[in-house]
Parts: sequence; C-alpha cells; structure tokens
Amino acid sequence: MKSWFLQHLHVMQFTLRKLRTTPVSSLLNVLVIGVALSLPTGGYVLLQNVQSLSDKLVGTPQISVFLSMGVSQDEINRFSKQLEQHAAISHVEFVPREQALLQLQHSTGLADVTGGLAQNPLPHAFIVYPKDNDAKKMESLRDELRSWPKFEHVQLDSAWARKLEGLLKFGRLAVLILAVLLSFALVAITFNTIRLQILTQREEIEVAKLIGASNGFIRRPFLYFGLVQGLLGGSAAWLIITVSLALLNASLSDLTHLYASNFSLQHLTAGDSFTLLLFAAYLGWLGALLSVTQHLWQIESR
Amino acid sequence: MIRFSQVSKRYPGGYAALKNVSFEIASGEMIFLTGHSGAGKSTLLKLIAAIERPNGGTVLVNGQNIGKIRSGAVPYLRRNIGLIFQDHKLLFDRNLFDNVILPLQIAGFDHRESAKRVRAALDKVGLLKREKAVPIALSGGEQQRLCIARAIVNRPSILLADEPTGNLDADSANAIMDIFKSFHQVGATLLISTHDETLLRQYTGRGLALKQGELQQ
Repeated sequence: MKSWFLQHLHVMQFTLRKLRTTPVSSLLNVLVIGVALSLPTGGYVLLQNVQSLSDKLVGTPQISVFLSMGVSQDEINRFSKQLEQHAAISHVEFVPREQALLQLQHSTGLADVTGGLAQNPLPHAFIVYPKDNDAKKMESLRDELRSWPKFEHVQLDSAWARKLEGLLKFGRLAVLILAVLLSFALVAITFNTIRLQILTQREEIEVAKLIGASNGFIRRPFLYFGLVQGLLGGSAAWLIITVSLALLNASLSDLTHLYASNFSLQHLTAGDSFTLLLFAAYLGWLGALLSVTQHLWQIESR
Repeated sequence: MIRFSQVSKRYPGGYAALKNVSFEIASGEMIFLTGHSGAGKSTLLKLIAAIERPNGGTVLVNGQNIGKIRSGAVPYLRRNIGLIFQDHKLLFDRNLFDNVILPLQIAGFDHRESAKRVRAALDKVGLLKREKAVPIALSGGEQQRLCIARAIVNRPSILLADEPTGNLDADSANAIMDIFKSFHQVGATLLISTHDETLLRQYTGRGLALKQGELQQ
C-alpha cells in the first residue's frame, strides 16, 4: 500500500517536472484548453444570470387588470366582489393608482422619470391570482376578463416570462452543443499531446517493457499528465471567466447606476466551479487513456 | 530452471529460426550459447524472456510455459530475468544512476533501498564513481557494463546476455566475463550467447552450439 502510494507520488512529481521542462508548449496547451472550456462555461454563466433575473421579476403568475381612467369607487367595489367570487380566481388585490405610482418609483429605479410628471398617468388596477397556474386556463381567464366592461387592459404577466423561458431553453441547448463539441476538442488536444510524448519516449517505453514494466506502469505517467493538463486547463477557464465577469461587471455597474439598480453578474457557484475542474480533469485523463491505449498497442505489436 | 522441448520458432514470411530444439539448464549453471550470426541465438534468448513466443514445442522458465503465459504475467516473469543486450538499450536522456534504478522503480522499491542497491550494482561493474555521468560519455565497454548493472540491480535468478562482448576489445571483453563469473559464483543462472571462440577457450562451462536453427550435439 505504501509503495503503491509512493509510486503514484513519484509519478506525480515526474509529471509536474515534465510540465516545467517544456513551459511554452505546456502553457499553450493549457491556454487552448482553457479557452475551449471557457466558451460553454461562460455561456452557462450568462444563462444562469438571465434565469435568476427572470425568476426575480416574474414570481408567481398573475393577471393584471387595468381599469378605464374614469371608473368610480362603487364600480371598483362591485368588480372586486365579482372577482373574489369567480370560480377560477384564488384571490384579488386592488392597487389604487396612487400606490401604483409609488411602487413604480421604488422598484424599478425610474424615480427621476416619474418625479418629473405633472400628474399620475396610471390607472387603478387589480392583480388577479388564478387558482390554477396552468397556461391554457390562465389564458382563457384572461380572455374572459377582457370581455368585462371598463376593463381597459388585461395582461397575463407570465406571457413574456414564458417567451424568455423558451429562449433560455434554446440558449441552454446551444451551450450544451458547444460544450459537447469543445469537449471532443479537449480530448483531441490531449490525445495528440500524449501521442507526441509517446513517440519521443518510444525507446524508453520499449526498454521499460523489456525489464518488466507492466502496461499500468507505462500508462501511469501519461494518464497523470493528461489529468493534470486538463485540471490546469479547467483552472485557466475558471480564471478567464473570473476576469471576464470582473470586466463586465465594472462596465455594467456604470450602466445599472444610471437606472439606480444594483444588478451584477454572478460568478459560478462553488459546486459548479468544482464540477468544471473535475470535468476538465476527466476529459484530459480520457484523452490520455485513449492515446496511450492506442499507441502502446502499436509498440506491443511491433 | 529453463527447459526447451522440441521448440521451433518460425517468423512471419516462413523463416525458421529454431528447429526442434531441446535442452535443459539447471539452476546455477553458466552456459555459453555459440553459433554464427543467424544461427538462432537471439531468438532462443528472446523466447526465454517471452519477447517472442514459440510456434511449436514448450518453453518452460521457472515453471512457467512461455507459449501459454498471459501477457499480463509477462512483466513479472521478466523481473526475475536480467537482460543484457548487445546494443545496450540504455536511455541517453538520464545519468547512470537513473538508468540503473529503472528496474527498481518498475518493481516498486522505495527510494532509499533502491539507491543502496543501485550503488552496489554500479560498484560491482566499476562505474560507481561516475553515477552522475550520462551514458553518451562512456566507452563501448563501459556502456556494456552499465547495461549489466541495470540487469543485475533487481537480483534476478536468471541472466541472459546476447553477444555481450560483441563489439569490444579483448581487455573490455575479459572484464565483462569476469563480472559474469562472479555472478555464477553467487549462484545465478547465466546464459551467454557469443560467436567469439577465443573467449570461450578461457572459460570452462557447458556449451550449447546452434547451427542454422538446430542444436549441435
């Protein structure tokens, strides 16, 4: 057990030494892997941010009913009662136009704009919470409410969220395809690096086999090399994304400041970062394994 | 220790390197394998180390049948055989010490024990003072001695040497034969192939003579 551990430790040191002896090509390889991985990962980060933004804005689905401008208090009470008793509605919230203006000023950061208005342009509104969140039922409820008198405008608030959701789904698929393709590229890069190493160390491999080296022993340094190279490439991707997000957030903060909002792009979670590194290391290891299996077989059969 | 019964080896293309060869070598023997080049000496040694497999007959080494041995078991067989090559097969990208330590790394010895053994082996072949040198700086005879040090560092019970004195002058050749003799004295089994008749006359020991793939009686 101890000798097994020592052997692996020895191989690990050997691998790091080998990386150091060819610093330029090692660095280039790591960079190429890093760039390849940072593209789909960066796409994923952006999608996550859009997703969390839309979650924040949408909340539970609701129907906004905007009344005509000159509606009286009696009519409002009557509508309120009718809506409360409707079978498809769970509860109703009345938003007087004065309150709506205040909310607008606070929530969306348009205080400067609304402050300059001579009079309140907003109508009274009901926010209707349907009993059932099913898209079709909500749509039919919306259509029904539209036919009510004095209901100027009826809007299903989840509609744009569903469009966004569709877009996000499309984006996720695109990122996934990109990730799969670039994973192949990563495996190919490692495959080729290891192939070159095997060719230059062919003599050493042949001698080692003649003096009793098992295939496992010969494979081990190459597998470690692939693993370490993948891991470093994954770290490079993480760094690229970190730096990119810092730059984007710096320029984004100028923009959001204008809108009095404090939105900023969030980095990968610790779990996602760990997955990225693990996945990169695995792909490097896989490329090395494929390469070494293929080429050791060639040396064997000579 | 080594037994050939009616062994034949044919290479692809139909060339028969060994024909119906039978012999036995007991533990602790020192045997000279003689014959002209092309007589099948190298093939015979390669069969013992499982570098080649026989086409007919059985080769038994330490009780293992080379014709049937699993490829996964070959490395463990070879760890018990010291191979000495005519072309040395040294690694020129590392110094003498690192060349000799290779079999011990492969066998998984810890470093301190390995270093002791490496120095003992280098001392045995008279290269201890040059452990930091690289093989390219050595003469032909010294390279051959380095190859011997690498073959013996793992203390194998069988030593196979393929034309170990092939390209060397008489003094270097004698130095190498003296090393072999000292291994014989400590009980190792040696099989040394050579075409050098003058060398043979100086040493007593059983001989196996090959001629065109057949064993001469």
